[in-house]
Amino acid sequence: MVTTARATEEVSYLEAISQALDEEMARDERVFLMGEDIGTYGGAFKITEGFLQKYGEWRVLDTPLAESGFVGAAIGAAMMGLRPVVEMQFADFISCAFDQITEVAAKNHYRWGAAVPMVIRAPFGGGVHGGPFHSECPEGWFFHSPGLKLVAPSTPYDAKGLLKAAIRDPNPVIYFEHKFLYRRIKSALPNEDFVVPIGKADVKRVGNDISIITYGAMVHLALDAAQALTEEGIDLEVVDLRTLIPLDKETIYSSVRKTSKVILLHEDNKTGGIGAEIAALLAEDCFDCLDGPIVRIAPPDTPVPFSPPLEEFFLPKTSDIVSAARKLAAY
Amino acid sequence: MDVAAIAKEIKRDDMLQMYHYLRLTRALEDRVTALYRQGRIVGGVYTSHGMEAIAVGYASALERDDVIAPYHRDMGAFLIRGFTTGEILAQYLGKRTGPTKGKDGNVHMGDLRRGVFGFVSHLADNLPVAAGAALAFKMRGESRVVFTGTGDGGSSRGDFHEAMNFAAVRKLPVVFFCTNNQYAYSTPLRLQMAIPNVVDRSKAYGMPGEIVDGNDVAAVYLAAKRAIAIAREGKGPTFLEFKTMRMHGHSEHDPAKYVPRELLEDWKQKDPILKAERLLKELGYGEESYFQRVAEQVKSEVEAGVEFAEQSPLPEGPEMLEGVFADGADSY
Repeated sequence: MVTTARATEEVSYLEAISQALDEEMARDERVFLMGEDIGTYGGAFKITEGFLQKYGEWRVLDTPLAESGFVGAAIGAAMMGLRPVVEMQFADFISCAFDQITEVAAKNHYRWGAAVPMVIRAPFGGGVHGGPFHSECPEGWFFHSPGLKLVAPSTPYDAKGLLKAAIRDPNPVIYFEHKFLYRRIKSALPNEDFVVPIGKADVKRVGNDISIITYGAMVHLALDAAQALTEEGIDLEVVDLRTLIPLDKETIYSSVRKTSKVILLHEDNKTGGIGAEIAALLAEDCFDCLDGPIVRIAPPDTPVPFSPPLEEFFLPKTSDIVSAARKLAAY
Repeated sequence: MDVAAIAKEIKRDDMLQMYHYLRLTRALEDRVTALYRQGRIVGGVYTSHGMEAIAVGYASALERDDVIAPYHRDMGAFLIRGFTTGEILAQYLGKRTGPTKGKDGNVHMGDLRRGVFGFVSHLADNLPVAAGAALAFKMRGESRVVFTGTGDGGSSRGDFHEAMNFAAVRKLPVVFFCTNNQYAYSTPLRLQMAIPNVVDRSKAYGMPGEIVDGNDVAAVYLAAKRAIAIAREGKGPTFLEFKTMRMHGHSEHDPAKYVPRELLEDWKQKDPILKAERLLKELGYGEESYFQRVAEQVKSEVEAGVEFAEQSPLPEGPEMLEGVFADGADSY
């Protein structure tokens, strides 16, 4: 049977995103796509390959090279009852649309009650030698802007389920999809329709000694570190945030209350990052249950460098986590 | 162009109604200015004094189902769309009964049910949004049109150009306008652009454009009608440059000493209300006694609004926590 075959078939993170878009477009005719080169070319990463032929040029809109203009247009279309999904070719280019996202989309409902149900897909992150303009993690900019929801899946299951949830959400959602994971991470997906609810973190590995709070590609690094540390008897718990706004404080707190030690790990640079906010929250609300210093692992405050040794030095590594965990376990 | 001759194409009732809204806009904004000087307004006040014909003219040319993404001196458009003087004054006083319930002030108000988008201070930000609304109409095969614009200053923003280009490429049913009132705050046109007419900017996008006397409500109405017809026929966007003069400062706290007095004296003769009265007389649609009656009528409408607004409750502090996120988006 075809359906059984599909259930056991491994689907890549990239294919999961593509499936979510396809299924939502088939399910709801209000859903349409906008972005640069997403039509005939199928998108810079080929996520929308074949969509133009299937849905036509008015549901798969190739836009002029003008991020602010087409994000603004998505806002207007969303207010008029459509469900736009905008592709930023690279998350880095989202800075061109910053004004529309933070000033119009984010504040619209608060100011005059008009909802903006739209999704911005932002392929982010490094490890692919993209340099300072093709590797950025810009989630911090939006983490600080009330009115936006932010999600960042780490697995094909979460990628598909969170994109569906984002499309069905009545608010502007920025969907940070990690480029490094596109073709490297695969898993089988259920046949039936499913969503991963926005606002729920997921414990990707249960452990008792130290909580690692992370998201995106770093989840896999944390899992690798946890594996490496089992022989030493250090038992890591890996909490995948999945949603950055609204933040699932409950899952974070219950993990930290259990382990009483915490490492915050992310790929966005350290200063003013999501880890800084979580550290502050833990200091405010979980101070009594901490048995060691809050440890942050994040890249230094530089742009993402280009040359392989430079980028390797920049990005967090499994060994960084292993040595931080050893120190924290011994504290 | 002899507007009086062409104005015969406008129905008598429509002309009279536009005159009513010119007077209502003027009376309301004069009252807001007076309240501002008494220190009773929360925040700033930006008026359309001397420019009322633009919003009154274009909003009158639209159908009910069309959408407006206004410029910040388009009070007439709000009134024509059914915002009451009470609601508007409540907005200026920061009251809970205003369209934004105290979350935002002055002309920063909107209402999807009445087809008016809330204004954003970042000038020209609403132009791409308006193009997106037009995209929705085109995708669904609806014959609705969007009207949106900004000032001469706003026409320097990237979003102005990105919106015009996108709308032209996709032939969207949107009309763009520029209220060229010669000053962006204190910056004169010659420091804003190296071309004399804003309409020249539309040529770069393959969009038809027209210069219109922004102080003549009939000229604005007729030009808007032409542009709207083109949009409704699926022929894409048009650009209208309304030439006018900002008779007050950028906001009411600004005495606008940077504007030569002679220039203002000159434009005073072209006041849109005086112009409309001359036209109404010429067309045989109205005379002094009628003008007087309208003036009294709008005055009582404004006073009723002041009373409503002043008696309205202020919001309670914790209400500021409400509404950051929407919990349902299928209402429109």
